[in-house]
Amino acid sequence: MAWNLNSDRPIYAQILEVIQLRIISGRYRPGEKIPSVRDLAAEAGVNPNTMQKALSELERNGLVETQRTSGRMVTEDMEMIQETRSKLAREQVSEFIDKMKELGFSKEEVVELLEKMGGEDA
Amino acid sequence: MNVLAEITNLTKIYDKNKMALDHMNLTIPRGKIIGLLGPNGSGKTTLIKLMNGLLEATEGEVLINGCRPGPETKSVISYLPERTYFQNNMKVSELISFFCDFYKDFRPERARQMLANLNINEDAKLKTLSKGTKEKVQLIMVMSREAQLYVLDEPIAGVDPAARDYILRTIITNYNENATVLLSTHLISDIEKVLDEVIFIRSGRVILQDTVENIREYRGKSVDAYFREVFAC
Repeated sequence: MAWNLNSDRPIYAQILEVIQLRIISGRYRPGEKIPSVRDLAAEAGVNPNTMQKALSELERNGLVETQRTSGRMVTEDMEMIQETRSKLAREQVSEFIDKMKELGFSKEEVVELLEKMGGEDA
Repeated sequence: MNVLAEITNLTKIYDKNKMALDHMNLTIPRGKIIGLLGPNGSGKTTLIKLMNGLLEATEGEVLINGCRPGPETKSVISYLPERTYFQNNMKVSELISFFCDFYKDFRPERARQMLANLNINEDAKLKTLSKGTKEKVQLIMVMSREAQLYVLDEPIAGVDPAARDYILRTIITNYNENATVLLSTHLISDIEKVLDEVIFIRSGRVILQDTVENIREYRGKSVDAYFREVFAC
């Protein structure tokens, strides 16, 4: 989960996605302290105010909490983390389905292909 | 808004027919990293020189903390000129003491740390350093002051991409929250992620001042792409 901020979309939105992914994947564990805005900004090579905005947004949706004395930490609400995970998964799948539609695949063909390729991977 | 510099009606005419700045108005807030962007000959360096008191305005004024350019403003502005001005037979270590004498906000330990991080030998004479290394040394000196305004004229043009990343990280981590960094560059894609705001100038006038995120959000493109569109030849 490197900071691949190569899209033309707003930078804070891309940063937010990286941090979200780090939380869902357990790189930042529930209840763990998150590095400071300045450290994260330096790591990502972005403006500190932009990093601040991404973290505030994560705070607003509850994935990150602020402790008055000890900075920001990942929520301990496992349900919320799971919810975010499913939401991101649904987004990925729907993006995938759209692309397959563009390629002219029917739903059945997509399912068939998934089963076949899933089998190959296993 | 907390204003650091106020530029009003600023005009600079070099020859009778060459108007480098054309009644420019600009407000520079505190606590931001701002990109000054424009094609060659748009007036970027002229503006920077006027802010540093190196040129006299034909008309209008620059106020920094409410003062016209002079000793007070020079003590709070850390300026990186387009070209290096150091004595070539000086050693890097002598340059550090030189800066200590000149600027009471200079932090030699910070400079030494950055020199070490970039593997630059303090005992080396400047004339033995490559062009890119000299530029790094100069930028290190400028960023090692605790200034209120850093004015950097093309700070990364001559250095390799790895050092460029280091320098940008240095800018992010070193400047304090009330200070502003104003930097001119052509290398927009390398630098736009560290900027709060950009100022586009053309023919000596400001044609846009906005945040990077607003440009991306509302124009649907990066600043680099938007610049190419606005200034298409």
